[in-house]
Amino acid sequence: MQMHSLSFDVSHTLAGSLVLISFMMLYQDRLYSLLNVFALHALVLALSVAWQAYIQNAPHLYITAAIALVFKAMVIPFALHRIVRQLGIHRDIEAAVGVGPTMLAGMALVALSMVLMLRVTAEADPLAREDLAFALSVVLLGLLVMVTRRNAVSQVVGFMSLENGLVLAATGAKGMPLVVEISVAFSILIAFIVIGIFLFRIRERFDSVDVSALDDFRGEQR
Amino acid sequence: MSPGSFDSIAAVLLIPNVSAALLAVLPGYRLPARLNVVASFATFLAALSLFVVDRPPPGPYVLVDDLNIVFIVLNTFVGFTTSIFSASYIAHELETGRLTPRYLRFYHAMYQIMMFGMNLAFVSNNIGLMWVAVEIATLTTVLMVGIYRTHAALEAAWKYFILGSVGIAFALFGTILVYMAARPVVGEGQDGMVWTLLIQHAANFDPSLLNVAFIFLLLGYGTKVGLAPLHAWLPDAHAEGPTPISAVLSGLLLNVALYALLRFKILLAANPDAIAPGPLMVTIGLVSVVFAAFMLYRRRDIKRLFAYSSIEHMGIIVFAFGMGGPLANFAGLLHMVMHSLTKSAIFYAVGHISQIKGTQRISRIRGLTVTHPALGWGLVMGVVAIAGLPPLGIFMSEFLVVTSTFARAPLLAIILVFGLLLAFGALTLRLTSVAFGNPRGSKAPAEASYVPMFAHLSLVLIAGIYLPTPLVAWFQHVARLLG
Repeated sequence: MQMHSLSFDVSHTLAGSLVLISFMMLYQDRLYSLLNVFALHALVLALSVAWQAYIQNAPHLYITAAIALVFKAMVIPFALHRIVRQLGIHRDIEAAVGVGPTMLAGMALVALSMVLMLRVTAEADPLAREDLAFALSVVLLGLLVMVTRRNAVSQVVGFMSLENGLVLAATGAKGMPLVVEISVAFSILIAFIVIGIFLFRIRERFDSVDVSALDDFRGEQR
Repeated sequence: MSPGSFDSIAAVLLIPNVSAALLAVLPGYRLPARLNVVASFATFLAALSLFVVDRPPPGPYVLVDDLNIVFIVLNTFVGFTTSIFSASYIAHELETGRLTPRYLRFYHAMYQIMMFGMNLAFVSNNIGLMWVAVEIATLTTVLMVGIYRTHAALEAAWKYFILGSVGIAFALFGTILVYMAARPVVGEGQDGMVWTLLIQHAANFDPSLLNVAFIFLLLGYGTKVGLAPLHAWLPDAHAEGPTPISAVLSGLLLNVALYALLRFKILLAANPDAIAPGPLMVTIGLVSVVFAAFMLYRRRDIKRLFAYSSIEHMGIIVFAFGMGGPLANFAGLLHMVMHSLTKSAIFYAVGHISQIKGTQRISRIRGLTVTHPALGWGLVMGVVAIAGLPPLGIFMSEFLVVTSTFARAPLLAIILVFGLLLAFGALTLRLTSVAFGNPRGSKAPAEASYVPMFAHLSLVLIAGIYLPTPLVAWFQHVARLLG
């Protein structure tokens, strides 16, 4: 019993801090600091997944944890730092919505996911249900980052934090198959599409990586 | 278990993969384009053979049943005809320098990988694998939409990528929730994701978890179907990518997402305490139809026009499946097949037209039936079909949808008919200016491949006049499976 409550508390703390760090992303107004916060997000995710691997006695989850640690907490933020520097992207993030309303919306989303998930999973075991509620919060906050930022790099960061929420949900669902495969697929998706193709192509054609610059070329010219 | 069945499924999955590897390294234009056609044809034959060989019992990953055979055969057939169209389309793009040989290799390889992804989604019996397969297919189309690397193409690809990713995320979250619902009943691990096992035990799942899961799946896969509030990526992606990709997007990829949605609908329907998925699908379908019908009037780009028409028709199909029951399901299934055939035929015509005229602006294309009779009349026939005029196939399926709805929910039927008439008006308005009147724009002779277009249109015409009895029996059987 003692052991159970310890394992519960630790995973609870880790998942809760993921939600907190997602909140931190909402008010960053510099690209570099956003990237640093994301690295922290990925680091906490790695710890959380490793803890799940330990308490569920599921060694394959360590692979997912290692991917989160090496790829998402180190390689991607580093690569994005380089891209921001080399392409000379404006380091101030232009937010489409102010910090205040964004934070309020974030709180509303977290409240929503808590109410929703805790109510519908009343019969599931407490560890899984709180994990799921936190995971949905992280997913929705990631979505919020994506919609409130105009800049392509910060949208990608928003997407990656959203994906961290999915990994959290998948590892919390005990014994779920294909978790490792899915996390590998996501990493490939991010590496391949975002960095390789889009940023370089967008840079080739546009003076900024600000997505609002793209809006000028909406196909429906009059 | 006969060995033949596994061979057929393996062929449907392996031929696209092997040819993708070959096409990625083969130089030149003629040989790869032909190989693309041959590979697509071979895949189509393999899919047809699924009708005759014994089916394997459903395994942990692969399933062949009466429902997905329809989808696979339609998918590989349109994939095959599009590859013929693509060969002549791409030749022109190479001449004008819009595509370089390097990008051509990439294009052909991606085309086959996309076919692989779609086929995998259809045969998968594992909801996790199905999710992965839908994602493969989506990703390859994202890359192909951006292949021209113009401002507009990049914006379209970026928008598609961002919205598609949100769809990906929601669909995966829904999939995880389904697993969570299944775990206490089916057990941990692999079994909790096998669709045939899920459906057996669905009645004992926690209904509230299933409800939330379905909402996420509807939003996630619904984004890919292009249903109305989530459709924003669709017109851009159709307009800015190469036209063969527009044809497969409209004709096939939307069906893949729809298929995923249908599988989960069956799952939800098997649980008596869960919410009925029907009303949700009916609402979102109707919204799509009416919204797209209004949007059709404001289109100035010919590919966008037909992209919005796709949203409208996917709305009709989702509406029909949402109504449920043998007749509405039959109509939805028929409508899906007819829409795939007609819409891809229209895009074949539009692709050649916009190449000849050098523009996609509707106002700069006039009098096609005078300058290019074959293309012009082909387009006229396609638009007449898609607008739902008799005697073509879409008239029949729309008629079935409307009449079956009138019998059960007259009010909904009135809204649906209103949407259909609106769309009809918009399409006729645009068609008359494009097809008739004083010719405008280039009159250069077309180097088009007419075979795929007219093959599709004649199939639609034949289906409108006479549906073979075995086909009707098959569809009726599938309609009953769909509940």
